[in-house]
Amino acid sequence: MNAQTLDAPETKVLALPPDEVCLQVQGLNFYYGGKQALFSVTAGFKRKAVTALIGPSGCGKSTLLRTLNRMYSLYPGQRAEGQVLLDGTDVLSRGVDLSALRAKVGMVFQKPTPFPMSIYDNVAYGVRLYERLGKAEMADRVEESLRRAALWEEVKDKLKDSGLGLSGGQQQRLCVARAIAVKPEVLLLDEPASALDPISTARLEETISELKGDYTVVIVTHNMGQAARLSDHTGFMYLGQLVEFGETDQVFTNPATGRARDYITGRFG
Amino acid sequence: MTPGAPRLTRRIAEVGFLAFCWAATALALIALAAILWSLLSQGVGGLNLKVFTMSTPAPGSEGGLLNAILGSLAMCILAMIGAVAVGMMAGTWLSEFAKESHYGKVVRFVNDVLLSAPSILVGLFVYELLVRPMKGFSGYAGALALSLLAMPVIVRTTEDVLRLQPTALREASVALGAPVWRTIMAVIWKSARGGMLTGALLAFARISGETAPLLFTALNNQFLSFDLGRPTANLPVVIFNFALSAQDNWRRLAWVGAMLIAVAVLAVTIIARLSTREPKRS
Amino acid sequence: MTAVADSPETGPSRTAKGAVFDRGFEYLCFAAATLLLTALGGLIISLAIGGWPAFAKFGPAFFVTSTWDPVGEVYGASGAIVGTLVSSALALVFALPLAMGVAIFLVELCPVPLRRPIGTAVELLAGIPSIVYGMWGLFVFAPWFAKHIQLPIMGAAPPGSLWETITTGIPNGTGILAASAILAIMILPFIAATLRELLLTIPPAVRESAYGLGSTTFEVIRKVSLPYVRTGTVGAVMLGLGRALGETMAVTFIIGNSHGFPTSIFASGSTIASTIANEFAEATSDMHTAALIALGLVLFIITFAVLALARLLIGREAYK
Repeated sequence: MNAQTLDAPETKVLALPPDEVCLQVQGLNFYYGGKQALFSVTAGFKRKAVTALIGPSGCGKSTLLRTLNRMYSLYPGQRAEGQVLLDGTDVLSRGVDLSALRAKVGMVFQKPTPFPMSIYDNVAYGVRLYERLGKAEMADRVEESLRRAALWEEVKDKLKDSGLGLSGGQQQRLCVARAIAVKPEVLLLDEPASALDPISTARLEETISELKGDYTVVIVTHNMGQAARLSDHTGFMYLGQLVEFGETDQVFTNPATGRARDYITGRFG
Repeated sequence: MTPGAPRLTRRIAEVGFLAFCWAATALALIALAAILWSLLSQGVGGLNLKVFTMSTPAPGSEGGLLNAILGSLAMCILAMIGAVAVGMMAGTWLSEFAKESHYGKVVRFVNDVLLSAPSILVGLFVYELLVRPMKGFSGYAGALALSLLAMPVIVRTTEDVLRLQPTALREASVALGAPVWRTIMAVIWKSARGGMLTGALLAFARISGETAPLLFTALNNQFLSFDLGRPTANLPVVIFNFALSAQDNWRRLAWVGAMLIAVAVLAVTIIARLSTREPKRS
Repeated sequence: MTAVADSPETGPSRTAKGAVFDRGFEYLCFAAATLLLTALGGLIISLAIGGWPAFAKFGPAFFVTSTWDPVGEVYGASGAIVGTLVSSALALVFALPLAMGVAIFLVELCPVPLRRPIGTAVELLAGIPSIVYGMWGLFVFAPWFAKHIQLPIMGAAPPGSLWETITTGIPNGTGILAASAILAIMILPFIAATLRELLLTIPPAVRESAYGLGSTTFEVIRKVSLPYVRTGTVGAVMLGLGRALGETMAVTFIIGNSHGFPTSIFASGSTIASTIANEFAEATSDMHTAALIALGLVLFIITFAVLALARLLIGREAYK
């Protein structure tokens, strides 16, 4: 309904070769009750690469992220139309086992969300839901996950301490470790660094770039420098539409659409 | 406006008002101190080992409060088990599942009604429900009455503290693929356990001093009995009966009992309050 | 239940252990919530059924006559109803200004280090069991009340005046006014706690701008704070009233327990709750029991009406 406010909406979305795509979003509309928040979004997220979603506040980038693991299904009144294909199955369809879907599509939130339990149990929590591992195997899995999240060296001597006692940056990396411990295919990061100080942000960014290559990562961020540093592809969203989607270098150095150019050069947003 | 006169009346009003607020608070504190002082001065004198080793005496003979203390404890514990089980589940339903549904609003209102229903009416209800059909007073009936009084407190505090848990915490657990029941039990309850414990303690404090609903459910029992299927002695009713009697030793025991019960209730209340944070002025 | 990872690299297709319990858990919680509804329904129904014989036999006279005669089997509830309403209303008259004073003291005047101890002390007053209030009221408060309040007031009354009529009574410190005073002490902390919560919800900027205009504390409270929390205050008052109406043990000790209309503020009287507490376990006949349960239903309706009104006025968040 507010599509009209864009005069001549010029959009340009890069279509990736189907075999490179892990998650394909097709004609996605999203509604909060009667209010439409996404307007026929179509995009492919490349397997084992980082895709960044940028755009001004309220543009729908977090909403798009929350449809990918059906997080919105927790709330009556929120609904999506269209298709989100993960390995060929539509995750929006009715019969999908949501728990299994979310185990495949991990998520890290804006603010750190350590559970009120020990560091070890935080990481093991998700694993225990799906797999019955022996003590040693579980310890290995926890260590591996914490190492990948670049937290192991800091916490290896206090795994029994509460996760709530860590600093904000450590808590966020703990959440990353927790998410990757269940071995998801996709990792959704919803402004993961927005509550962190610059040093913690830098460490988290290192962690994220190391994850690339093993996981399909989709990151929502306000920080354009972060998007440029981390991602292979970038999508620019505005007023619920995916305005431009393409190679990160191209989007940042030579945006094809006027809106993206205005946003990236700092003219609005 | 002349500056002098209004300023004077304003000052007088201000001083009078401040003095009244101080005085009101002082009065409340004096009342508390007076009650505690009476309890201690009348109760400590009668306190001795017999209080805890002997049952309530016949007129004129020696005795203690053992049967009443044990009966009260047994009924309160039984009541709390039931109240916590049902109250936690109901509170969880209100906070996690009911959302803004109409039925949720109805249940919330019903809980408020139960919370403020006079305790003596709960006693009447249990009398009609259990005592009359079973043709006898019993400790179970007393425990049920107390349970119905504790339950709404627990429902209310459970819902309140669960609602305070951040949405992100729920989403984080769900995002790992955890089913809702696991999310609630392993993450949300755990995160809220401090507040829920406080609620349970306050509920316990509320029922441990309750007298009215026990008058015609548990009644009383002069002897030590471990059978809750029969009338069961309990501190509040013993205090009530003994306090209004003409026997000196009964009255002395009533004061001892009142002191014990007040100390226990106040201690539990203080523990519960210390475990919650002061509301911040923001 | 468990599926072992079929591909170690990425997540296997799998089902969470016990995902099937989701429904069951929700139903269990739902059943617990419904149990509350059942309990309240059962309470109302049992009072209605238990009291029915009395309503059927005496009809409207049950509410308007004051003869309460277990021997002659004639029961009229108006004495107890009036006693309940009068003692609670008087208690509210005493408690409300004091509770406001306490709440304002705690929010505005109290030195910060003392706030918590004094706040806790006031809450302890609410925690004292009512039977303890009853004993203290009868053995400690009543003699003091007789000597320092009742006798001076009775002595000051000019003979033959209305003042004398409403203050006659036996100077033993028990009766309607003494019960109201005890009730006032009991409900004071509830009202004060609610008012305090309400006062804490006022945005500091609102108060600060009033102070900034040179207002005194009294003026800020009277013109800014209290109007700001007015509806909530009425709700708090209603909640305090609800407590007083249903209070049993403390009143039973000190009100004197006589049936019929109270004729003066020092006369002994009875409330619905005190009548039930005194007579129920030893009720002489089925009709006696029925009349007492009918009284209970009347009390339930009164407290329910008060609560419903409070809910309408206060919303649900502001009180505990």
